[in-house]
Amino acid sequence: MNENLFTSFITPVILGLPLVTLIVLFPSLLFPTSNRLVSNRFVTLQQWMLQLVSKQMMSIHNSKGQTWTLMLMSLILFIGSTNLLGLLPHSFTPTTQLSMNLGMAIPLWAGAVITGFRNKTKASLAHFLPQGTPTPLIPMLVIIETISLFIQPMALAVRLTANITAGHLLIHLIGGATLALMSISTTTALITFTILILLTILEFAVAMIQAYVFTLLVSLYLHNNT
Amino acid sequence: MNQPLQRSVGGEPVCSQGLRPLCSAERETLGVRECTCISDESDGLLEFCDVPLKEKKLLEVKLGELPSWILMRDFTPSGIAGAFQRGYYRYYNKYVNVKKGSIAGLSMVLAAYVFLNYCRSYKELKHERLRKYH
Repeated sequence: MNENLFTSFITPVILGLPLVTLIVLFPSLLFPTSNRLVSNRFVTLQQWMLQLVSKQMMSIHNSKGQTWTLMLMSLILFIGSTNLLGLLPHSFTPTTQLSMNLGMAIPLWAGAVITGFRNKTKASLAHFLPQGTPTPLIPMLVIIETISLFIQPMALAVRLTANITAGHLLIHLIGGATLALMSISTTTALITFTILILLTILEFAVAMIQAYVFTLLVSLYLHNNT
Repeated sequence: MNQPLQRSVGGEPVCSQGLRPLCSAERETLGVRECTCISDESDGLLEFCDVPLKEKKLLEVKLGELPSWILMRDFTPSGIAGAFQRGYYRYYNKYVNVKKGSIAGLSMVLAAYVFLNYCRSYKELKHERLRKYH
C-alpha cells in the first residue's frame, strides 16, 4: 500500500530514456492551429475559449503589460490541459512535480519583478511600503514586505503542486477504500463511491481553477510592475 | 482529355461519365490527395505493372519482399519526422478537420493515451490484481 500510493508520481522513464518529455509535449497535439477564417468545430471552440480567457485576463493591463498576452495564454492552456489530462486513469501529471512548477513560477515572477525594477524603479520600490503606515512600524513592515515578495514564486509553485498532488492522492485513497469495502459492506461502499464521484467533479474544477489562479497571480505581479 | 475535378461533399473524387479519377499518393501530400479525371479508355497505358519496391504501400508488398522493403525505408531523423507528420495529418484530416467533427476525434486520442499509460505502468499495476498469490 505504501509503495503503491506514490508510484504514480514517479517520473516515467522507459529503458533509461525520459518518457516524461513526450508526456509533457502531448497536450500540444490537442491544440491544432488553423490559418482559415472559418475552421473546423474543434479549432473554432478553442479559439472562442481562448478569446474569452484573454479578454477577461488581459483587459486590466496597459499596452506594456499586454505584450505578455501570448506568454500568459500559453501558460494557462498548458497548466489547464496538463491538469485535466492528469485526471485520466493511469496518466502522469507533470504539474505534480515541484521541479516543473518552480521552473514555471520563478522565471515568470522574476521577469515581472525585474521589468518593474528596470522601467519604474521608484514605483516598484514603493510597493514595499503600503500607504498610510504609522512611522514607527516602517522598518518592520519593509522587512515583512520583502519577505512576502520573495516568497511569491515559492507560493506559486507549491500551491499548484500541493493542490494537484493532494487531489490525486485523495482519489487513489478513496478509490482503494471503495474497492476494499465492496466485500465487507456494500452500503458503505456505495457511500464511498458517491464521495469519489463528488471528489472527481471537484478535481475537474480544481484542475482548471489552479491554472487560472497561477496565471492570474502572475498577471497581478505583472500589473504591479508595468 | 483531362477535366477539372468535381469533389463530392464526402471528399471522395467524383468524375463525370466515361472518366475515372487518378489521384496522387496520399503519403506525399500530407493527407490531402490531388486528383484529376482521366478518360476510361486509357486504362492500359496508365497502369504501371512494375511499381518500384520503394514506392509500394505496405499492403501491396509481398511477404517475401518485406525485409528488403523495411530496409529501404527512410530512417533518417527527417524521414522519421516526416512519417510522424504524415500520420498526424492523416488522422487530423480524417476525424477532426471535417465539416461536422464530433467528440469521437478527441476521444480516440485520449483513449489511446490512457492505453499507452496503462502499458507503461503495467509493471506496478500487476501487483494489484485480486489473486491469492502474486
